[in-house]
Amino acid sequence: MKNGQNFLKIQAQSDPDFVRRVEESSGQRISFCYQCGNCTASCAFTGDYDFPVNQVMRLVQLGQQDTVLHCRAIWLCGQCQACTVRCPCTIDVARVMATLRFMALEKGCVADKNVKRFAEEFLRSVSIFGRVFESGLLAAYKARSGMLLADVGLAPELFKRGKLSFVPHRIPGRRHVAALVKRFANVP
Amino acid sequence: MNDPVAYYPGCSLEGLAVEYDLSTRSVCHALGLSLVELEDWNCCGSTPASLYDPMLSATLAGRNLLLAQRARLKTVMTPCPGCLKALKGAIKAHALHSEAFEEALGHPYEGTVRAVSVLQLLYEKVGPNTLAHAVRWPLDGLSVVPYYGCLLTRPERSAQFDDPENPVSMDLLLEALGCVVPHFPFKTECCGATSGITRADVVARLSGRLLDMARRSGAQAIVVACPLCQQNLDLRQAQAEKAMRSRFGLPVLYLTQIIGWALGLPEQDLGLGKLVVSPFGVLPVRNRREPSHSECVENRGSPLSRG
Repeated sequence: MKNGQNFLKIQAQSDPDFVRRVEESSGQRISFCYQCGNCTASCAFTGDYDFPVNQVMRLVQLGQQDTVLHCRAIWLCGQCQACTVRCPCTIDVARVMATLRFMALEKGCVADKNVKRFAEEFLRSVSIFGRVFESGLLAAYKARSGMLLADVGLAPELFKRGKLSFVPHRIPGRRHVAALVKRFANVP
Repeated sequence: MNDPVAYYPGCSLEGLAVEYDLSTRSVCHALGLSLVELEDWNCCGSTPASLYDPMLSATLAGRNLLLAQRARLKTVMTPCPGCLKALKGAIKAHALHSEAFEEALGHPYEGTVRAVSVLQLLYEKVGPNTLAHAVRWPLDGLSVVPYYGCLLTRPERSAQFDDPENPVSMDLLLEALGCVVPHFPFKTECCGATSGITRADVVARLSGRLLDMARRSGAQAIVVACPLCQQNLDLRQAQAEKAMRSRFGLPVLYLTQIIGWALGLPEQDLGLGKLVVSPFGVLPVRNRREPSHSECVENRGSPLSRG
């Protein structure tokens, strides 16, 4: 009975256009996936995902836009490409995960706010200086995420070894860099 | 003999991985590879850029390719696999969508620059045999495992270097230094990558697994070629130890640092003191008197005969 209900739910939520959009922007044929599970077996992050990679692929095949774009897995994927290398159907699975992540971002579905906060601070740093200013980026991220105490234990080690730079490198071409960031990323 | 190579250090080599920058420059210089740092190079965008738009990553990295083209350099070398991935992404984006790419960059680009890692450069331009001849202080008996990480050799079609599942280039270079290189099944497993800041718990567990396997393989140290892998394994080793309820104390050296040590380069040119877990307990002590080159070769036999 329960399986039957799930089936009806999946049918009702199915959005065939979603499958087409994912296939188009990732350049991958999602329909080739036959659920062998190699991607999941290769994935270092499976234990922390809400949906393992093969299930994300299956959900895309079934047109489950809402579930896929709200899942946490697409934000935690480290893009290590182990899934891509081992896919017997030569699907670039990591590319599909990345595609899903920017589709989610576009729709404002952000299952892991800190990843977005970090990315925003990172690109802000790149826009201002042309290169990343690590110390400044970390301070800004900590302030925004509220994770003030995380990693404070590392600071003395870095300080002692002269690895924390307190001066940013400002490059002459930073305006060109800032223009590129502004054009392609909507960073507040 | 060797054409000059454009050097693109990447942002982390100006900060947390400053010893990778130091040792890369020193080792390349010592081995006769001429590096020309790209003037005005910018950040490749790393993971955050790929979050927004593939073209953002491609054009940020593309700007650096343009700088290399202007300097009339055919190869750009970066020690950071993250930067390498971005450069290769830019090369691919230009090949597929050259018009959009050049329009966004605002400059025509010929698409003649190729991108390599410092590992690939050392392996292809120097190679294990020549390296073995250049060694002045052999690391005989030192057991180290090479950790390639995710991106140096995969995916195959973009890396076009070594094997994506069982790479051996770093193994061969380390053997040329005299090191013992045990089998390390986690050579290309992910260390947690960029989640260090946002999900330190995940990184502690994944890096902990790697450190644990390295220790069980009998390694006295791990050798890496990625600033992020180095940070996750060395700087965060205490966090990994806590997560695994274990004690590792494994030094994590950059490939260029260990090569530099065997070549006899001065300590201050390699930045060994900047590593959190000190490598001095395991690195063989170099005596005050430098051995002559012939003595060195005599002691070790011909590198060619060692296979």
